[in-house]
Amino acid sequence: MSKSGRFPESRYGPAERHMAESLVEIERQMLSEPPQEEECECKEGMFSGLTRRNLLAGGLALGGAAFTAGHAAADAPPGAFEYDVQPDPTKEQGRTILDDGGYGSRSQFENEVRWRYPTASLDSSWSMTPLASGQGIITPSGLHFERHHGGIPAIDPATHELVLHGMVDKPMRFTMGDIMRLPAVSRIHFIECSGNGLTEWAEPTLKTVQGTHGLTSTSEWTGVRLSTLLEMVGVSDGAAWILAEGEDAAVMTRSVPIDKAMDDAIVVYAQNGEALRPEQGYPLRLLLPGYEGNTHIKWLRRLEISDKPFMTREETSKYTDLMPDGKARQFSLAMEAKSVITFPSGAMKLPRPGFYEITGLAWSGRGKIAKVEVSTDGGATWREAALDGAVLPKSHTRFRTPWIWTGEEAVLQSRTVDETGYVQPTLSELVAVRGLNSVYHLNAIQSWHIGTNGEVTNVHA
Amino acid sequence: MFTRNFSLLCAIAMTTTGPSFAQENTGEAEVPRTVAALPDTIGKFEERMPPAAPVSSATITADIDPANAQFGVGQPATEEDIASINIDVMPDGRGLPPGQGTYAEGKAVYSQSCAACHGEDLEGIKEIGAPKLIGGRGSLTDAKPVKTVESYWPYASTLFDYVHRAMPMDSPGSLSANEVYAVSAYILGRAGIIGDDAVLEAKSMAKIKMPNADGFVSDPRPDVTAAK
Repeated sequence: MSKSGRFPESRYGPAERHMAESLVEIERQMLSEPPQEEECECKEGMFSGLTRRNLLAGGLALGGAAFTAGHAAADAPPGAFEYDVQPDPTKEQGRTILDDGGYGSRSQFENEVRWRYPTASLDSSWSMTPLASGQGIITPSGLHFERHHGGIPAIDPATHELVLHGMVDKPMRFTMGDIMRLPAVSRIHFIECSGNGLTEWAEPTLKTVQGTHGLTSTSEWTGVRLSTLLEMVGVSDGAAWILAEGEDAAVMTRSVPIDKAMDDAIVVYAQNGEALRPEQGYPLRLLLPGYEGNTHIKWLRRLEISDKPFMTREETSKYTDLMPDGKARQFSLAMEAKSVITFPSGAMKLPRPGFYEITGLAWSGRGKIAKVEVSTDGGATWREAALDGAVLPKSHTRFRTPWIWTGEEAVLQSRTVDETGYVQPTLSELVAVRGLNSVYHLNAIQSWHIGTNGEVTNVHA
Repeated sequence: MFTRNFSLLCAIAMTTTGPSFAQENTGEAEVPRTVAALPDTIGKFEERMPPAAPVSSATITADIDPANAQFGVGQPATEEDIASINIDVMPDGRGLPPGQGTYAEGKAVYSQSCAACHGEDLEGIKEIGAPKLIGGRGSLTDAKPVKTVESYWPYASTLFDYVHRAMPMDSPGSLSANEVYAVSAYILGRAGIIGDDAVLEAKSMAKIKMPNADGFVSDPRPDVTAAK
């Protein structure tokens, strides 16, 4: 069909026509994908341990259309299968081993999921970690927050390469096999998006801790120190910056100071004991411990060593902090110390007065957490919380403190101090210096109001 | 002795490459795989095969000395290897490719490739997340600053670099160097930063001074002292 015939100029402007044609083309491509459900049915035998019922549920859980056509919808949450719930599990055998295919799945009664902030574009968007249901310091890989600038590419590691060039003695390229042959390190670190909390500068906006703080997550990362790769190529005198570039549709780029690259930067291929998740940069991402999240370039394909920063879009027009005098701060790379109470937190309701353990997370891009204090009276008085479990540099740190809620109004806050002596500021202290237009790097003390009815709300106190 | 053993190990690894790695070496045109197969089973107990030992792509493995960062791993990147992905452009003009473009040519490119999202008048379309490209000069101290290429971006090189690598959204990286020069000339012309008779190429691009070129400062943090 001719373009002018489908969307005549009399009714469509050039912009509308372009969009309409794009939509038609996308739909056409989707419809021309061959249907796959028949193929799956006839190959059922290949999943020897997997029941047909599980296949149906699994197909749905993955969001795939392959298994769903013509079948009743299963209700299991993503990542779970719906199994029969036995009236008395002690009176019949449970399901057989490897029934889910050998990778495992979570309980059908667990339902926490990442939540997408409703940006206008699905291609350039972010999803947030459900911190309220998190335990300990590790974020499950499937709940690690996401920020993409051009969607999630699917890359076969067998064809992926990383090139190092620029101000080096010997430009080199590495296959994934090469990278996995090199000496490796495993480190537990948080990644936090510098936009974490950007909705909260002027007034309390989002209701839950997932919304106010969910752009931070902690994983164990495994890979090769970037310094190892730099030693292999031989960095020239005068080199000061490295451009890191991803293989996504945004060909995402950031400039990184070479001192950071030589210090603790890692080129990682694994997260929490297995290969990186695709949305976390599979097969290879840069990890810059403590630095703002967007610098940890995913789907890493190129590192160019230079004498100057490259002034890419993501370090000029974005991820710069506009100050009240009209000047913008650039390369604000380290994430400053921050903490938040995750229980109780926004949109929860305490059922009745009584004992509650207040718990939450603290982290600093400059090192270890030294201390977390908790206030239940809006900051009038503070007491020190216990740091539970591992206290690691540039990692989420779990804090806990007992609390008896009397049924009266209360405002819960946490305040952390890191090993450099930096004290997490109040929002008014932050705003007094930075104003309301800096967008990024909000690390202020968070306040949760407890009403007499037990309802927990996000407040500025 | 140590070195020799390492070489030997590498040599063994090279000769026992698995199918996925052999692909590159044979040069045969194979259909790209879309998924991984489950690991094969082996032996009486049908154990799952462990992953293949990763294979080094190095062809020269003679000088192995891990203490001096020589692992017999990786290979030299040729100028061709680098050129095919080395697309970045720096403020001083380094990286700008040959080519040129005019305001008039850029107007056509814009209408064809950009206007659907950024609007006929470069005003942006908020509903689809496409930002306004021009205007906003002098607004950076306002309660609602308008941050655009014109009012905020410190370097013209960034405009070229970003459009070249990531735009347009529905076909990223599809514009030729000439088209990117041209559409840059159009956007910067509409912004009143260069004249609408300007011809942009590497030299003239590097000379453009953006209105907010001096609008950026380095990170002074820690800048907020908490009251204790």
